[in-house]
Amino acid sequence: MRNTTTIALREFKSYLASPMAYVVTGIFLMLTGFFFQSSPSTYSETSIKGFLGWGSILLLLIASVLTMRLLAEERKMGTLELLLTAPVRYSEVIVGKFLGSLGILAVMLALTFYYPILLGVIPGIGFGDPDIGPIVTGYLGLFLLGCTSLAVGLFASSLTSNQIVAAVVAGGILCALWFLDMAADLLPEALGEVISYLSLYYHFPDFMRGVIDTRGIIYYLSITVLFLFLAIRSLESSRWS
Amino acid sequence: MIRVENLTKYYGKRLAVDNISFNVESGEVVGFLGPNAAGKTTTMRILTGFLAPTRGEVWVAGYDMSKHSLEARQRIGYFPEAMPLYSDMTVRSYLNFSSRLRGLDKNRIKTRIEEVVDICHLEEYIDVLIGKLSKGFRQRVGVAQAIIHEPEVLILDEPTIGIDPIQVAMTRQLIRELGKERTILLSTHILSEVSVTCERVIIINEGRIVAEDRIENLSALISGSRRIRLEVKGPAEKVAERLRQIEGVLQVSYEDSHYIVECSAGQDPRGKIMETIVQGGWTLLSLESIEMSLEDIFLKLTTEEETSQ
Repeated sequence: MRNTTTIALREFKSYLASPMAYVVTGIFLMLTGFFFQSSPSTYSETSIKGFLGWGSILLLLIASVLTMRLLAEERKMGTLELLLTAPVRYSEVIVGKFLGSLGILAVMLALTFYYPILLGVIPGIGFGDPDIGPIVTGYLGLFLLGCTSLAVGLFASSLTSNQIVAAVVAGGILCALWFLDMAADLLPEALGEVISYLSLYYHFPDFMRGVIDTRGIIYYLSITVLFLFLAIRSLESSRWS
Repeated sequence: MIRVENLTKYYGKRLAVDNISFNVESGEVVGFLGPNAAGKTTTMRILTGFLAPTRGEVWVAGYDMSKHSLEARQRIGYFPEAMPLYSDMTVRSYLNFSSRLRGLDKNRIKTRIEEVVDICHLEEYIDVLIGKLSKGFRQRVGVAQAIIHEPEVLILDEPTIGIDPIQVAMTRQLIRELGKERTILLSTHILSEVSVTCERVIIINEGRIVAEDRIENLSALISGSRRIRLEVKGPAEKVAERLRQIEGVLQVSYEDSHYIVECSAGQDPRGKIMETIVQGGWTLLSLESIEMSLEDIFLKLTTEEETSQ
């Protein structure tokens, strides 16, 4: 646990020391701000659906870019050698790096809290009287989706020493998982249902509507764990190169 | 302290380490000598658990690397070949990070960082970003992180490569001091480095151990065939002929307007050479004894091996 925290903290600080996190956060805030203000649902329903709908897709790309350096850079610079010869488990390295990037994502999401504040979640501030439920579940959904995307990104970063390749692979896996739902329409019903259940998108609208479906929570968490596990395996396999 | 048995490593189809075995006893300082691509780095990466061997077994500090890697790694300080460091951290935060990662007691961290900074002469640079340090100072940070958790075993992969002579001397001095209480395996391709710092040497070439001996024996081997290079103003053939007649001279060759004189073991005919030249009425322009290069030693060792077979 101590090792995981040490690695997570180093990773978090390293994000703050490089321009990448600031640029990515800036773009995320600018685009989601635009989605938020331009969506009719913001005014007619006083909801954050405009932000959540496009923000979720944007999150996939943001996560790919945020995680691309986590292992690829260490492999390229050779620092991986010192990290892996320290008395730490491979799982501690992966979970530590995951938590470090999750910290940045959490900060990024926290910075968007001013959208619901503008809508009037705090009485006396803002222009409306929004329903708090969907806002809370919407953020929960976005956070869970973020966890999954970061885990996929970390896995992609464990495969290569090239950060660009890592980002493209992560983006590819995430988009494929997101749009799997559409492919399901073309398949026979029983199979289609299974496939769409596996889609990242399939579980998201519930969270936007204010419904907490445990299946959705379990789905996102299990995909997260699966990719973290794959990342650990991929890191271990580099010993046998 | 370090035990390696029948270690073999293939990278795909390429054989990097070919069935080597050796021991390093507790408290010994052993040089791991070989030319580039001899398998030194691969062996060290296996010893530190970064790579898994294809075949063979490795014990460090009494722990089997394949089963108790964590316990073994806790007792190793490692200086990798290129000394990769996080350039976005300051020396202090990096040392803090590595001491935590290597399981140093929390209350000890602060004082221990001060100690290693003092040992490695990094006081002035403690709050400088590693990315802004020169190569020599990065090297010192590398040594600092290797010793910060007071490991029993130090594995140093070419610690003096690419730094200036003053720092090389400093690093060697540091290694000698560390070697008083720790077990050190030090790789290098510089022959003289081994003779200054190590007690014993393992010579490796093309993935195999070609020789393993105490440093005194190696020095005897080197001095066993002393060579002298001369520059003489005078008729080449006549000079060579007279040189050959000197007692203790085995062979004289003439290349690039220099004479290479090979002498038999334990003989130092330099005085006689000088006399001879003066008596002949020629002018001696330069005289120097040539150290045996690593290549010469390999040549000697491999040819000896062949003749003994």
